[in-house]
Amino acid sequence: MKTITVNIVTPDGPVYDSEVSMVIAVTATGEMGILPGHIPTVAPLGIGAVRLKKENSTELAAVSGGFLEVRPDKVTILAQSAELATDIDLSRAQESARRAEAMLQANKDDVDYQRAELALRRAKNRINVYEGNV
Amino acid sequence: MASLRDIKNRITSTKKTSQITRAMQMVSASKLNRAEVNAKAFVPYMDKIQDVVASIAQGSTETHPMMTTRPVAKTAYLVITSDRGLVGGYNSNILRTVMARIRQRHTSNDEFVILSVGRKGRDFFAKQGMTILESAIALPDHPTFADIKEITRKAVGMFSDGTYDEVYMYYNHFVSAIQQEVTEKKVLPLTDIQATGATASYEFDPSAEAILEVLLPQYAESLIFGAVLDGKASEHAASMTAMKSATDNASELIDGLTLSYNRARQAAITQEITEIVGGAAALE
Repeated sequence: MKTITVNIVTPDGPVYDSEVSMVIAVTATGEMGILPGHIPTVAPLGIGAVRLKKENSTELAAVSGGFLEVRPDKVTILAQSAELATDIDLSRAQESARRAEAMLQANKDDVDYQRAELALRRAKNRINVYEGNV
Repeated sequence: MASLRDIKNRITSTKKTSQITRAMQMVSASKLNRAEVNAKAFVPYMDKIQDVVASIAQGSTETHPMMTTRPVAKTAYLVITSDRGLVGGYNSNILRTVMARIRQRHTSNDEFVILSVGRKGRDFFAKQGMTILESAIALPDHPTFADIKEITRKAVGMFSDGTYDEVYMYYNHFVSAIQQEVTEKKVLPLTDIQATGATASYEFDPSAEAILEVLLPQYAESLIFGAVLDGKASEHAASMTAMKSATDNASELIDGLTLSYNRARQAAITQEITEIVGGAAALE
């Protein structure tokens, strides 16, 4: 079976480097699946899960902000933050989801709604990836 | 001449000081190791983002506000210093360079603003009566991207909304454990983007502009983060060197003091013998 190298890189260091048979990521325009031999592409990523399919297993990573670069032999995901499902700190994600929800419901003028909402989405994304329901 | 007791006290206190500086030197050395590892971990990200930005910039005719030079009404200086002292010339070198540059370029304090990373820089510029728009202090010894995201986001955001029209960044570039160089870098607008490796021609989904929209702020923020990491490595190196010379000076001082202690001791013994001999002679 043909495979393609996937790198997930963040400013704090590489997160993932392995051969997979298919990558599925959430880009700004929708889900995008990449198989080996894909045409060189660049696409911005949303907050979402990246599915890394191997022959008989699938790994998950939570990614937020950044973009995806596809070259014929290699896929690179550059994100401001990225964690594999196994590295996610669940209690921290739940805590920040609660905090963001509280901020959204507080209904105060000085709350930056956009940021709270983004924080909530990131936290929910982490929780979903951790629980494997994507 | 100082009494034996005085000299002894000084020797003890200098020894204690040197123990502390030696410990601080070792702490800095281990922090430096980790800072170097962190800076290295960041390299692949930076290289990659630079490659992609360069290939988009070269491959398309798209321009983006962040890539075009506009008439400069206000300049921002992003200065990276440390939070605390005991780092030798680390802070003073950088502040001197920035001040020289500001005096050379500007005649009034209204023409520029300061963005400060580190308490030393913030305090210094505040004392000079300059406008500090943003500051990040009390960063951890090994900052992660999340720690400095706040200031990078604002630094890039205020360029986009026209608060200022160019951004220069000053930091100590880590050359080696004993050498750090004050470096000036123009962050925004992004005019000189050079590829580090081979560039490829890409399909853009949805479009090159949409990608530049995401990519350029991220690139500019990464430049700043890279400089902070570099600056931290330099800070630990500078602190290590400063503490090493403090330890060396202390041992020199201790040697000198030990010599005079021994002389004083000898003199006291000689005097005592003379007194005894004199007393015995008087009895005969």
